[in-house]
Amino acid sequence: MIYAMCFLLFLIGLYGATCKKNIVKIILGLVIMEYAVNLFLILLGWRTNGQAPIMSQQTDLPAFTATAVDPIPQALVLTSIVIGLGILSLMVAIAIRLYERYGTFDITEMRRLKG
Amino acid sequence: MNERQPGMSLVVQTVTRWLKGFIFLYGVYVILYGHLSPGGGFAGGVIVASTFILLTLSFGRERALGKLGKLMASELDSFGALLFLLIAVLGTAIGGTFFLNFIEKNWPTGNFHLFSAGIIPLCNIAIGIKVAASLFMIFIILAVIRVQEVRGKRKLITTEKRRKER
Amino acid sequence: MVELLVGVFLLFMIIGALIALETTDLLSAVISMGAVGAALSICFLLVGAPDIAITQMVVEVLSLVILIRATIRRDLTTIEGDRDFFGLMATLAMICGLLIFGFSAFLRLPPFGSPAMSQSFQAPARQYLNCGLKETGAANIVAAVILDYRGYDTLGEATVLFTSILGALAILRVYSRKKKQ
Repeated sequence: MIYAMCFLLFLIGLYGATCKKNIVKIILGLVIMEYAVNLFLILLGWRTNGQAPIMSQQTDLPAFTATAVDPIPQALVLTSIVIGLGILSLMVAIAIRLYERYGTFDITEMRRLKG
Repeated sequence: MNERQPGMSLVVQTVTRWLKGFIFLYGVYVILYGHLSPGGGFAGGVIVASTFILLTLSFGRERALGKLGKLMASELDSFGALLFLLIAVLGTAIGGTFFLNFIEKNWPTGNFHLFSAGIIPLCNIAIGIKVAASLFMIFIILAVIRVQEVRGKRKLITTEKRRKER
Repeated sequence: MVELLVGVFLLFMIIGALIALETTDLLSAVISMGAVGAALSICFLLVGAPDIAITQMVVEVLSLVILIRATIRRDLTTIEGDRDFFGLMATLAMICGLLIFGFSAFLRLPPFGSPAMSQSFQAPARQYLNCGLKETGAANIVAAVILDYRGYDTLGEATVLFTSILGALAILRVYSRKKKQ
């Protein structure tokens, strides 16, 4: 059920990226897709009554291994979030250049981009 | 808002003056204790970058760039990436494996202390420098440069130059 | 309990995303994105990922600042309408097909709360949790994974971030080259 809701969020982002005319809305749709994928990966690693994979001095190692959540998706998503910020900045730079070139954010007005 | 004074109002500037050191220190703390508590190079680097972004937003461009120039940010960016690569290559030179954790693990104080995880704190510092410098540079590139009509043509222009032309 | 809370926040995120995509004012859209990101950060915190929660929160603030500063003060901020009707209908039909496909695919995943790691004893995650402190000395297993076991990932991440900044610089640099001539 939760996974399905994540997928619904992803599809909303897909709808925004494919159906909108405004470049900023397209960027927001792509960012929503990225959020949905990140959340899905993290949810895949959750254990019922799990704890964060961070030890302290009082931690009992067998109990920790039996209850901690999966650390690998967390490591992957941590990398992916920062990359997402880089991608967002690149997209915004492209949007600014297009605005400077055409004077609008509307992609249907950008005639020369059409094939 | 005062037109001549760059940046935001006096209240915002005063609060920024008080808070900027604490935010910076918190970022450094998150970077240094990344192997013991939640956080690490990515989160701490972004917090450090947000200090400079706060300065830029509240005091205007000149003041923040005086503290960390664009060239300096670019150099720090490359320096962080190269430091991370150097640590990885040192593993090859010392133990024969790329990314080898070549410092002894529980040296010198045992587990759960600041210097207890071999190369991981060093890598965190390198990543933190890199992320902080690169995100500040992204902000400078994207937010300070604006579109303006110059003699009937649209051009990208920095806020500094626009102020001079007035 | 956690499943219910995550579900509530996911519903909030879905509504926020719909508002962000459908509202005409760009400033409202960007602020709705901020709400979605904050809810995402709370979700991460609920499912035992405090590292990700901190990073997501800070990155969200930064990306909001970038979006607002870079795109809001333009002339044409409200653009009405969608693309042409036929393309819209085709895309919506494709999305509905993907939805049905995805719902049937998610039935085959391991159920929420019991990851693949807890079923197989050879899973690498089990190894990392067991030997992470002994082999790397880091109490935060996520830090041990990203900087020691999987250092190549972080190296690649640094490269991608560097390249994206180079790309942004190169895209916005045409103006200064024109000025010199």
